[in-house]
Amino acid sequence: MTLKTIVKGKVTGKVLKSSQPINFLGSVDKKTGEITDKKHALFGKKIADSILVFPNGIGSSVGAYTIYSLKSNNSAPAAMACQKADLTVASGCALANIPLFILSPDEYDSMKDGDEISLG
Amino acid sequence: MELTKDEEKSLNGEHGEALQTAYRILSATGEATDAEKLVPIHWAHVSGVNYNTIGDAGEEFLATISKNAKFKVRTTVNPMGYDKDSVEKFGLDENFIQKQESIRESYKKMGVTPSFSCIPYEIYDMPQEATQVAFAETNAAIYANSVGKLKTNKESAFSALASAITGKSPYSDLRKDDSPTMSISMKISDPNELTFGLLGYFAGKVADKSVAISGVKNLDKRCNKSLCASMGTSGTCGKFVLDDNSNASEKVDFDEKEMQKVYDELNTTESGDLITLGSPQLGLEEMNDLASMLKGRAFKKRCLIFCPRTIQEQARHMGYAGQLESAGCELMSDCCTCLTPLVTKKDADSVTTNSIKGAYYLKNSNGLDVNLKPLSEIVRDETS
Repeated sequence: MTLKTIVKGKVTGKVLKSSQPINFLGSVDKKTGEITDKKHALFGKKIADSILVFPNGIGSSVGAYTIYSLKSNNSAPAAMACQKADLTVASGCALANIPLFILSPDEYDSMKDGDEISLG
Repeated sequence: MELTKDEEKSLNGEHGEALQTAYRILSATGEATDAEKLVPIHWAHVSGVNYNTIGDAGEEFLATISKNAKFKVRTTVNPMGYDKDSVEKFGLDENFIQKQESIRESYKKMGVTPSFSCIPYEIYDMPQEATQVAFAETNAAIYANSVGKLKTNKESAFSALASAITGKSPYSDLRKDDSPTMSISMKISDPNELTFGLLGYFAGKVADKSVAISGVKNLDKRCNKSLCASMGTSGTCGKFVLDDNSNASEKVDFDEKEMQKVYDELNTTESGDLITLGSPQLGLEEMNDLASMLKGRAFKKRCLIFCPRTIQEQARHMGYAGQLESAGCELMSDCCTCLTPLVTKKDADSVTTNSIKGAYYLKNSNGLDVNLKPLSEIVRDETS
């Protein structure tokens, strides 16, 4: 079960799952939504319109602006779902109005890359 | 999270759009971090100033919110994209300068203290211990909690902005006195600032909210800053304590093998086309120290030094700035190595620096190769 809803919304979409945390400022192109960090598990993938499932955000506080910019550039995920929410992801999603959910460990583990799911 | 009646009204828009936006952000960050309430804060330090990082969407958001928002507490800000005194040397386009000036204007309208610095802890008097503040800029938040003994969340750009506008921040874990559940044993002998940068990057990856570090006695300012900046880059950890007797349940070693792993992740070349120092920006002590190290020597390559404007002015009065310039350094204020638009693939393929944080963003955001070395080796290898 979803443990907590941080930003409300109903979404259906395809899971893009990352085994690694995400530093939005350092590894996501704010215009295209492409993961640009060569060492990241999602390198080269686009996060636009996905249900982005990842452990948590890390790094720069300015990553919140990256999330907001993604939305303005129509490159944002349809929703995000995390193991734990950090302030950068929570505030970025709140301002950009991107649904954000905290998942239970079981639910997190059961979500597979490419699954079609509904949240909210 | 419980809100007071007045906070509830603000969230519902009864006190205007700007306050509603601010409370929407605080509600989300409060829920995310299981805070039970908001607490008053006495100083906000806001990130999200550099047009290079926040882009058009950020510039437009700030222009809109600044029409109605006023900062309620003292609010300092992070570096922007350039130093206006030298911007013409760098060939930035008109659009960049126009947008950057609009961002500066928006912050000014809201009542900012125009610090344009990522080291507020070095250029302002620190409040007394345990004062609640709200610092975005991860190195400053970690420094405030760990060295300054203040209380702050590892705020985001938006949560610190919301705190500046409301004078409040969620009462989350880092504001409480919880002991770290993870302890790292420092096993590297004779460490320098780069070693502590590598340790911080490792700590950020393995620790959650806070971390104890054993085997380290005293840290000078350069090592402290390096540790805080790299810890902020790699994780969510917002505080460290030097403690040889931690009762943390999880213990890990930071040894040669772990250190090499981090170094190999970030170091991509053996030599840089130019040198950048200052991520975080350099303070007066570091400027003095560097001027002494460079006595009778000069850089063989371009060397950019980033420091706050007020530090550059003091360094000029005290003669350090002149000495650094004689040794071939270019001094830049109001901006920083980290996410600078001034060093791009057009100018260089690679950069030498002693900053782990600088290396991470030069590599990932600017697409440059990075050569990491401690300052003593940079001076040894790159000057004559």
